[in-house]
Amino acid sequence: MQPPKPESRTHIQTKNLSVYYKNTLALNNISVEIPDRAITAIIGPSGCGKSTLLRSFNRMIDTFDETTVRGSVLVDGEDIFSSKVDVTRIRKKMGLLSQRPSPLPMSIFENVAYGPKIHGMRNRQQLEVLVQKNLQIAGLWDEVKDRLNESAASLSIGQQQRLCLARGLAVEPEIILADEPTSALDPISTRHIEGKLHELKDRYTIVIVTHLLRQARRLADYVVFMYLGELIECGPAAQVFEHPKEQRTQDHIKGVIS
Amino acid sequence: MTVVELRALKLRIKPNFKPVNWRLITEAIFGNLMLVLTLLSSLLVVVIGLLLFQKCLPILETHSWAELLFSSSWFPLKGDFGFSPFILGTTWVTAIAAIIAVPTSLLTAIFLTEYSKKKMRTLMNPLLDLLAGIPSIVYGMWGVLIVVPSIKAFAATVFKISISGYSVLAAGIVLAVMIFPAIISVTLQVLTGVPVELRHASLALGATQWQTIKKVVLRKALPGVIAASILGVTRAFGETMAVLMVAGNVARAPHSVFDPAYPLPALIANNYGEMLSIPLYDSALLLGALILFLVVLFFNGLARLVLIRIEKRGF
Repeated sequence: MQPPKPESRTHIQTKNLSVYYKNTLALNNISVEIPDRAITAIIGPSGCGKSTLLRSFNRMIDTFDETTVRGSVLVDGEDIFSSKVDVTRIRKKMGLLSQRPSPLPMSIFENVAYGPKIHGMRNRQQLEVLVQKNLQIAGLWDEVKDRLNESAASLSIGQQQRLCLARGLAVEPEIILADEPTSALDPISTRHIEGKLHELKDRYTIVIVTHLLRQARRLADYVVFMYLGELIECGPAAQVFEHPKEQRTQDHIKGVIS
Repeated sequence: MTVVELRALKLRIKPNFKPVNWRLITEAIFGNLMLVLTLLSSLLVVVIGLLLFQKCLPILETHSWAELLFSSSWFPLKGDFGFSPFILGTTWVTAIAAIIAVPTSLLTAIFLTEYSKKKMRTLMNPLLDLLAGIPSIVYGMWGVLIVVPSIKAFAATVFKISISGYSVLAAGIVLAVMIFPAIISVTLQVLTGVPVELRHASLALGATQWQTIKKVVLRKALPGVIAASILGVTRAFGETMAVLMVAGNVARAPHSVFDPAYPLPALIANNYGEMLSIPLYDSALLLGALILFLVVLFFNGLARLVLIRIEKRGF
C-alpha cells in the first residue's frame, strides 16, 4: 500500500514567461505553478499557446527556429533556461507523449531501451528487465511480449502511443508531459491512455495539453485555461469547471468561444 | 420507372449535333505530341546503347571479352586492346573521389539540416547549387593550377618522392569537389524527409543532438544516403574533361595514389577522331564507351531502385 499522499508541492513553475516565434507573441507573461503528483490539464482553444507552454517545460522549444524566451521556468526550483543547465538532464526528468505517436525506426524492444541506452546502460539483462517493466506499466506487455524484435511501425496507432509511454517511462522521469496524446487515437485506445495516466498520477507529475473539455474533466486535478497566449485562469479542476471566475473561462466551458 | 421518368430519360438522350469542338482537338494533339516526345527521349537511351553495341561488334568478334577486360596490354598498332589499365584507372579515380566526397558531403548535409540556423541554410543552398553549375573545364583549370602543384609539393616534402603531380589523387580531389553538390543536394532532401517528430522523440528522452542524428536520423535516412552517394559516384564515372586535364593519362594501371592514371572517358576523348586509320581502333574506343554506358546505367538504376523503395515505404 502506498503511504498517504503528503502535502503537494510545486514541481514546475513559470515566472513571467513570454515566448516569441519570430515576432509573434505566443506566450504572454505566464506565471503558473504545476503541483506534483497530480494531473494538470492545460486547456484552451487551438492557437492559444497550450503546446508552447508545454514545450517550454522541457525546453523542446529550443528546437524551433527563431524563438525567443523571456522569463524563467523552474523545475524543482532550478531555472532550466539558465545557460549553465545541461538540457539533456532536464529532458531526462520528463517523458513526452506527442499528438501522433512517433515510434523510432527500430524494434519494439529497442524503442523502450533507447532512452536507458543513450544514458549509458549497457547491461543486456538490466535492459530486458527495464523494458518488460515499462511495457507492463504502459499496459502493452501482453500484446507484444512475443514479438519484441519486430519493427515498432508494425503496431497499431494505439499500441504505438502506449509504446511511446513505455519509452518515456524507461528513462525514469518525474514528470510526464502529454501534448494532446489521444488526438490521433480511436476511443478505445484513448480510454487506454487516459486510464494509464490516471494510474500514474500517484507517482508522476502529469501535465496534459488537451482541447477536449470532456477529457480535461475526466482526468484533471488542476486546470490551466489559456486564451490567445495569456493565462486566464488556473486552479483545482472542480473550481475552474464549476465556478469559473473569469467570463472567458465560462464562455469557453459553455462552448461560446472555442 | 414511371412514365414521366421514362420521358425525361428519352429527352436527355436525344441526339444533338454539336459543331466541331476545336478545344478538344487541340487537347488531343498536344497530349499525343508530348507523349511522343517523352517516348522519343526515353527511347534514346535504348538507341544509343544499341548503336554502341553494333559499332563494337567488329572488335568483339576478333577479341574475347576476357582479353578486352583483363589484358593490360594496350598497343592498338599491334592489335592489342587490353582495357584493364583504363578500367583500373577509372576505378581508382572514382574510388578516391568517393572516399573524399561521400563523408564530407554527408557531414555537410547533416550540418545544414540539423545544426545550422535557417539564415545559414538560405545562404548556403544557392552557393552549393552554384558549385554544381560550374563548367567542368573550370574545375580542370583549377586542378591544373592548384591541385596538381600542391600534390607535387606534398609528395616531395612528406614522402620525399618526385612526381609530376598529375595523378590519381589529383583527379580524385577534383572529381570529389565536382560531385560534392550532387551528393549534398540529394542527401539534404533525404534528411529533411525524416519526420521532425522522430528527432523530437529522441531529444525529449534526453539524447544529445549527435546521438539523435547517429541513432535515429541516419538510421532512417540510410537507404537514401546510400542512393545519394551512388548517384554522385555515377557522375564521377563518366566525368571527362576535368579528369583528363589532371589525371596524367599514362596507359598503365596505377599502383599508388601518386601514380598517373588514364580513365576510360579520357581515353575516348583524347583519341576518338584521331588515328582512326588503325584497324579496329574506333571499334575499341566505342567499346570503352559501351562499358562506361553500362556501368553508369547500372549504378543509376540501382540508386533509383533504392529511392523508389524509400518512397513506397513512405518514410
